[in-house]
Amino acid sequence: MATVALENLRKSYGKTEVIHGVDIDIADGEFIVIVGPSGCGKSTLLRMVAGLETVTSGEVRINDRAVNDVEPMDRDIAMVFQNYALYPHMSVFDNMAYGLKIAKVPTDEIKKRVDTAAEILQLEPYLTRRPRELSGGQRQRVAMGRAIVRKPAVFLFDEPLSNLDAKLRVQMRLEIKSLQRDLGVTSLYVTHDQVEAMTLADRMIVMNAGVADQIGKPLDVYSDPATEFVAGFIGSPPTNFLQAKRLGRHIEDGAKIGIRPEHIRLVPQTETDLAGTVVYSEPLGAETLVHLKLLDGQDATVRQDGALPIPAEGETCGLSWEPASEMVFGKGGSRIRS
Amino acid sequence: MEKRVTFKGIWLPLLLVAPQIVITAVFFFYPAGQAIWQSLFIPDPFGLSMQWVGLGNFEFLLSDRFYRASFLTTAIFSILVTVVSMGVALYLAVLADRLIKGSGTYRTLLIWPYAVAPAVAGVLWLFMFNTRVGVVTWYIGLLGYDWNHVLNEGEAMGLVVVASAWGRISYNFLFFLAGLQAIPKSVIEAAAIDGARFWTRFRTIVFPLLSPTTFFLLVVNIIYAFFETFGVIHTITGGGPQQATTILVYKVYADGFVGQDLGSSAAQSVILLLIVSVLTVVQFKYIERRVHY
Ligand SMILES: Nc1ncnc2c1ncn2[C@@H]1O[C@H](COP(=O)(O)OP(=O)(O)OP(=O)(O)O)[C@@H](O)[C@H]1O
Ligand SMILES: [Mg+2]
Repeated sequence: MATVALENLRKSYGKTEVIHGVDIDIADGEFIVIVGPSGCGKSTLLRMVAGLETVTSGEVRINDRAVNDVEPMDRDIAMVFQNYALYPHMSVFDNMAYGLKIAKVPTDEIKKRVDTAAEILQLEPYLTRRPRELSGGQRQRVAMGRAIVRKPAVFLFDEPLSNLDAKLRVQMRLEIKSLQRDLGVTSLYVTHDQVEAMTLADRMIVMNAGVADQIGKPLDVYSDPATEFVAGFIGSPPTNFLQAKRLGRHIEDGAKIGIRPEHIRLVPQTETDLAGTVVYSEPLGAETLVHLKLLDGQDATVRQDGALPIPAEGETCGLSWEPASEMVFGKGGSRIRS
Repeated sequence: MEKRVTFKGIWLPLLLVAPQIVITAVFFFYPAGQAIWQSLFIPDPFGLSMQWVGLGNFEFLLSDRFYRASFLTTAIFSILVTVVSMGVALYLAVLADRLIKGSGTYRTLLIWPYAVAPAVAGVLWLFMFNTRVGVVTWYIGLLGYDWNHVLNEGEAMGLVVVASAWGRISYNFLFFLAGLQAIPKSVIEAAAIDGARFWTRFRTIVFPLLSPTTFFLLVVNIIYAFFETFGVIHTITGGGPQQATTILVYKVYADGFVGQDLGSSAAQSVILLLIVSVLTVVQFKYIERRVHY
């Protein structure tokens, strides 16, 4: 069991800095998800924790021990790779046993641990197969098995589910979550999928171009985003951003009002100053997404209950929301709180 | 649909493949046929008539002490050449694979020896190790060792092995490097996280995954050592001292062209032909299913 701490962690490739100083203290057993768009530095951050990438400056600590100069094998971690990185010339059993054999664990203990892992992951029928004789989902499980048999202090996952189809992804997501709960192993999980992040994380790190824009519990991040980027990235459909000036507000030049689709109500045009034309509606059953073009040309999306009448295309509606659900962002994207 | 060019009639396609067929016929089938034919006769000393002896030449060869010694020499020579050239090439390829900066230059420099013809390579090494004027001989002499491959059988063998292996390293290096680079980086990283240090990773992951390349090179290098090292041996030792470096191919030349024993020489060619056929079959059979994991 372990704590992990990152302190002003930075990474440069040559002269370009790609991670601009990340700080976080991770508690024992906590599930941390690093989420962000492609190229924002998620993998780089994770690989620095793994020891696969050198740290340019700052510090990585595992159990209060600085590990910047410690080799990956001496960090007591296990990692699941996006492409699984199974050993192609070894059977499923040997893939899982590899780390234990190197650690000189007694043979009967190895067998016991691999069998247990295989049982948990439903891999028992495949133990003698080679990785190429498995489906994507089964390979994914083998990669998980390889990580858990070693009973490491920290699990690292780099987009482990991104090669699976949607249904399997949901299923594996649940399995990973319950596995991590049962084992209580501190975990860092990288994904670009915000649903995965919301459902798995105890706390999440939202990365934006090498900066941790916000670190917090999923629902806190959702309801109280620290930056325009976070408000736009977390939540689907994303937050609507409207120019404050055009709404007749005078906050600062370039300020925007962010408002989540579910916080906007469609009302008769007479009840409000703000109106828009329906471009199209997407009835999804439980809810309906209504895409509008405001009269001043800005776009907005409204999410309303599926039971409400679906507005017709071309219809003009009024938009209304509670002032409390407004989020104000300055020109640089940071939140302005009044 | 695959698009194919089809020819009407037979003459044009025949004309197009004719040069290759003619070359193969003139330089391979004709001499091979000649060798098989001649191996069944003994010509008289003046080359005026031939006497049919059936498999007599072969019987004689297989019971000949010198021929059997040459077999052993060939075995030792080709094993050494293969092991040295592949070992060094693998070592260099592992280094180059880890190198990030300047690997291009490194690679280019390593490829150069491949462009040197065996006979030229032989002369080069001969100069360096010349018993009287060789640079290396002189330096070894300073260390108190008297190098003389003209008299010492072991030294002669060592020199032809090194000279033959040297030109081969580039070729092996290229294949090994390509093989190494085809191994996914994440597999190596996974092994590192699993606790395997460099040497363990090499032994349990890299080398097994490299085995198709290794096997291919093994066959190719043995064929090289058997047949293409003639130039090196001819320039450096001429098969001597005594018969210490007379490999089978060299013996064909020595017995046939120098000793003028054409019947025996032809029989030796036929035996070599059989050996190379077997090696080729082994190689093709293996390459067909070279991905074994
Ligand atoms: N070896 C490298 N040399 C130079 N730049 C690199 C190297 N590796 C990554 N980068 C850069 O660092 C940045 C972060 O890369 P990283 O792989 O961490 O992104 P990511 O968030 O994991 O993206 P994805 O979701 O696509 O995997 C990218 O801009 C990338 O171009
Ligand atoms: Mg990545």
